[in-house]
Amino acid sequence: MITVFYISAAVAVISTVMVITKLNAVHALLYLIVSLMSVAVIFFAFGAPFVAALELIIYAGAIMVLFVFVIMMLNMGARTVEEEKQLITPEIWLGPATLTLVLLAEFIYLLLDEEGKVSVINGIGPKEVGTSLLGKYLLGVELASMLLLAGLVGAYHLGRRSPQDREQGLAGRD
Amino acid sequence: MNDVTGHLIIIFGVLFAFMTIAGGLIWVERRLLAMWQDRYGPNRVGPFGLFQVIADMVKIFAKEDWIPPFADKPVFVLAPVIIVLSALMSFTVLPLAPGVGVVDLNIGLLFFLAMSSLGVYSITLAGWASGSKYSLLGGLRAAAQMLSYEVFMGLSLMGVVMMAGSFNLGDIVEAQKGMWFCIPQFLGLAVFIISGVAETHRLPFDLPEAESELVAGFHAEYSGIKFGMFFVGEYLGITLISALIATLFFGGWLGPVFPPIVWFFIKTAVFICGFILLRASLPRPRYDQLMALGWKVMLPLSLANLMVTAAVLLATGK
Repeated sequence: MITVFYISAAVAVISTVMVITKLNAVHALLYLIVSLMSVAVIFFAFGAPFVAALELIIYAGAIMVLFVFVIMMLNMGARTVEEEKQLITPEIWLGPATLTLVLLAEFIYLLLDEEGKVSVINGIGPKEVGTSLLGKYLLGVELASMLLLAGLVGAYHLGRRSPQDREQGLAGRD
Repeated sequence: MNDVTGHLIIIFGVLFAFMTIAGGLIWVERRLLAMWQDRYGPNRVGPFGLFQVIADMVKIFAKEDWIPPFADKPVFVLAPVIIVLSALMSFTVLPLAPGVGVVDLNIGLLFFLAMSSLGVYSITLAGWASGSKYSLLGGLRAAAQMLSYEVFMGLSLMGVVMMAGSFNLGDIVEAQKGMWFCIPQFLGLAVFIISGVAETHRLPFDLPEAESELVAGFHAEYSGIKFGMFFVGEYLGITLISALIATLFFGGWLGPVFPPIVWFFIKTAVFICGFILLRASLPRPRYDQLMALGWKVMLPLSLANLMVTAAVLLATGK
C-alpha cells in the first residue's frame, strides 16, 4: 500500500507541475485530470473507496468536463500559446517556487519523523460515510446544500432570457 | 497459485467475451437492420456473412492511418484509447454469475458511473483535437449531452441502490431474488435506458456525429484503426449498458433451468437487440429538443422516483 501511495503521489506531483507549466490550455487540463485521478487512487489505497469514486465522478468527470467545454468554446489557437510563453518568466515563478520548496522541506521532515509516518487505515465503505454524513455532520450537509441552491438561483438569474429578447425573434422557438 | 490462475482465467475470459461480443455486434447490427428494412445485409463472406467482421477488420488495419497536419497530435491519438479503456474498465465490476467477476467492489456502481463520466473526454477531446469546425461542433454537443445525461443516469440508479442497500452489483442481483427491480423501479428503468442511449451517443441521440449536418461529427478526421477504436468503443458501450440493464433491473444471472451465466448473456443480448431496434425505428431529434427532454422531463422524473422510493422504503421500515 505504501508503494502504491508513493507512486500515485509522485504521479500527482508531476502532473500538477505539468498543469502549471504547460502552455496549451487543453493539455494542462488533461494533466489536471491525471492529477485528480492519482489522488483518487491514493484515497482508494487508504481504504476510502467511496471518496475515491466521488473524486472521479464529481471532479474528474463533471467539473473538469465543464472546464474542457469552456476552453473548447473559446477555441484559442496557437496565438495564446505564444502569449503564455511570454507570461511564464523566471521572475514570476521564482517567488512561489521558493515558498513551495520551504513547504516541501517541511513535509519531508514530517515524513522522516517517526510519529508522522503514513499509516494505512481500515477500509471505510459507502455505508459508514452515509451514516456519518447524514447523522453527525448533518448540519454541514444542509449548509452545503443551501450554498449550492444559492449558486443555482444565481446561475438561473444570469442565464435568464429578458422579456425583450423573447420578443425579438426568439419567441416562436419553443 | 490455483486461485491466481482461476482469477486470470476470469479476467481474460471477461475481456475476450466482451471484445468478441462488441466485434460481433458489427455484423449483428447490420443483419438486424437489414432484416427490419426488408433487405439482406452482409451475406457473402462465410456462412450468413459471419466473416464480414474479419474482412472489415483486415480492411481497417490496412487503411492509411492519417493524422491531419492541423490536428493536435498527442490528444488526437489519446482520444480513441480513452473510450475503449473506460468501457473495458467498467466491465470489471459486472458479475456474470455468482462469484464470477473480475473484481467484487463495494462501490461497483459508482465505479461504473466514474468510468462512464471519464468516457466523455474521449469524444470531447477527439472533437477538439481534430482541429476542424465540424469535429469541434460534434465535440461540444457530446460534452453537453453526455454531461447532462450522466446526472439522470446516476439519479435513476439510486432507487435500485436504496432497494438493494448496496452499491455492489452482486448484492443488487441477490436482492432481486423475490422480484426483479424492473417492476418497483419502472421509472428508474425508463430513465436509465434513455440516458444509456444518450451516454453511448447512439441513434436517436447520436447528435455528436449527426452525419447529415456535421459530416461525421467528432470522428470526421479519424481513419484506419483509430476510427475502428471509436467503432468498437461504441459497441462496447452498448454491450455495457445492456449488461447493466440486465443486472440492475432484470435480475442479472437469476433464472430457472439454464446455468446463471447463460441467463446473463441471454438478457444482455435481448437489450442489445433493443438498442438496434431503436436505431432502426426512431428519427434523430433536434439538439435543443434533446437537452430540453433531459432537463425538463428526465430530471424531474428521476428525482420523483428517488423520493417516492425513499418514502416507500421508510414507510415499510426496511
